[in-house]
Amino acid sequence: MEYILNPWPWYVSGPLIAFVMAMLLYFGKTFAMSSNLATMCSMAGAGKIIDFFKADWKEKKWNLIVILGALIGGFIAKNYLSVETNTNLNVKTIGELSELGFNNPGKSIVPDEFFGFDAISSPYGLLILIIGGILIGFGTRYAGGCTSGHAITGLSSLQKPSLVAVVGFFIGGLIMTNFILPYIL
Amino acid sequence: MKYFKFLIIGVFFGIVLFKSEAVSWYRIYEMFRFQSFHMYGIIGTAIATGVIFLQISKKQHFKNLFGLEINVPKKESGFIRYIVGGIIFGLGWALVGACPGPMYILVGAGVYSMIIVILAALLGTLIYGAVKDKLPH
Repeated sequence: MEYILNPWPWYVSGPLIAFVMAMLLYFGKTFAMSSNLATMCSMAGAGKIIDFFKADWKEKKWNLIVILGALIGGFIAKNYLSVETNTNLNVKTIGELSELGFNNPGKSIVPDEFFGFDAISSPYGLLILIIGGILIGFGTRYAGGCTSGHAITGLSSLQKPSLVAVVGFFIGGLIMTNFILPYIL
Repeated sequence: MKYFKFLIIGVFFGIVLFKSEAVSWYRIYEMFRFQSFHMYGIIGTAIATGVIFLQISKKQHFKNLFGLEINVPKKESGFIRYIVGGIIFGLGWALVGACPGPMYILVGAGVYSMIIVILAALLGTLIYGAVKDKLPH
């Protein structure tokens, strides 16, 4: 039980993620989480104004069920399969984040400085989350996939476009973390 | 019942990503600072297992539930959309520390402010759909 309650090591988690991909392929689908966003746009009727969303969302209902499951999985993992534990971050990371003004880096799963009540009740904090969300929604659709669709599925099937996309993910991530994040906090 | 299997896959996926800390903002930060192997280990072993599975599946002609050979759809060819779209997504990923799967897992885990990110991501998707034809792909 202890093995389950503690955070899982990377060499267990990685293969299990590949198993999720394999199961979805077995059921005739693909592992591509970001498509749920376009499906929801279609479901809400965006197809009436924007052609891109004209797809039949009922065909894609399965991906909304997967994210509903993911949400339930998050609830179960947090409440029934975990003990209170700090994220085992690099001491250097903790030092850096403390210098940037984070309290107790790694104590919770996400920093209060971004997701706490104080942060989201300030216009600036709210704006950060909104900009982040827009970048994710716009970027994944433009690139035609996210970490699951390109990094896992695309690279597992040795596709060049996915390699280009993953290089893009890393360029964007490195720019944000190293050159933008320190100045917006 | 037709959808029950997808619900179970989703639950499993949510548990795995939560327990592996891949949904942690801090883990994403650490990855982009090259201060930990953890995320590289997860993504690396996921891809390695995936490559092995798909290679064996190809050689052995594994069938899916419908009796058809297991097949990963080919991505359209192109360059600009993948690199530019990728960079834009990467900026957002590193800022909020979540991608389109973990966003929902975190809501389930009680990070309700992530709903703001989800709504904004829907808006971003809408904007893409609206300007798609004007963008280089």
